[in-house]
Amino acid sequence: MIQEQESIVIKTVARLLVPFIQLFALYVIMHGHSSPGGGFQGGVILAASFILFAVAYGLDEMKRRFSIKALTVLTSVGVFLYAGIGLLCLLLGENFLDYGVLPVIEPRGMGMLGIEIGVGITVMAALISIFHDLLDFE
Amino acid sequence: MIWQLDLILLVFIVACAIGALVVKDLLGSVILLAAFSLLMCLLWIEMGAVDVAFTEASVGAGITTVFFVIAVFKTERRSKD
Repeated sequence: MIQEQESIVIKTVARLLVPFIQLFALYVIMHGHSSPGGGFQGGVILAASFILFAVAYGLDEMKRRFSIKALTVLTSVGVFLYAGIGLLCLLLGENFLDYGVLPVIEPRGMGMLGIEIGVGITVMAALISIFHDLLDFE
Repeated sequence: MIWQLDLILLVFIVACAIGALVVKDLLGSVILLAAFSLLMCLLWIEMGAVDVAFTEASVGAGITTVFFVIAVFKTERRSKD
């Protein structure tokens, strides 16, 4: 359904907007523990930026830069990050996801940041996968 | 909470919801649903739930609209009933 557009306006606007949308998504993920937003919302905004790119430049160009295999791997990497941080706390002698024992500076903030990054990666990859599957239907 | 603002937003939300049900053109229905999500997001902010409003704005008005538009183009644009 989505082919490459002829319109130079759409292409230019998408090329100018996509980096700023991604920067805002990273900001939302990074400040998830102290302000509104978090891993889920940031991941959705990140996925929306890639979908905007696919709408403007065509699905084939999107597939060339961001393969389906990479999306599958990224979906698992996010879950692995989440469970890995939780299990690390378990190994260090506390409850699951009890960040206080992590051996880093300011363990609670850093543990929460790791969780948010994992959630963001998984949500982004899963939503782009749904987009691919909807378009490749039939 | 300002009840006048609440009332105006609620009237527009109900109008959008009924419009999305009544309209025969499914693409127009999808656009009305996006407007419903945006107004719902404003209502969440007005009630003080900023985090829920953020999720509503990004998921409801952003991603699901794209998915619904793809679904409409993959099936039919006119509704039968």
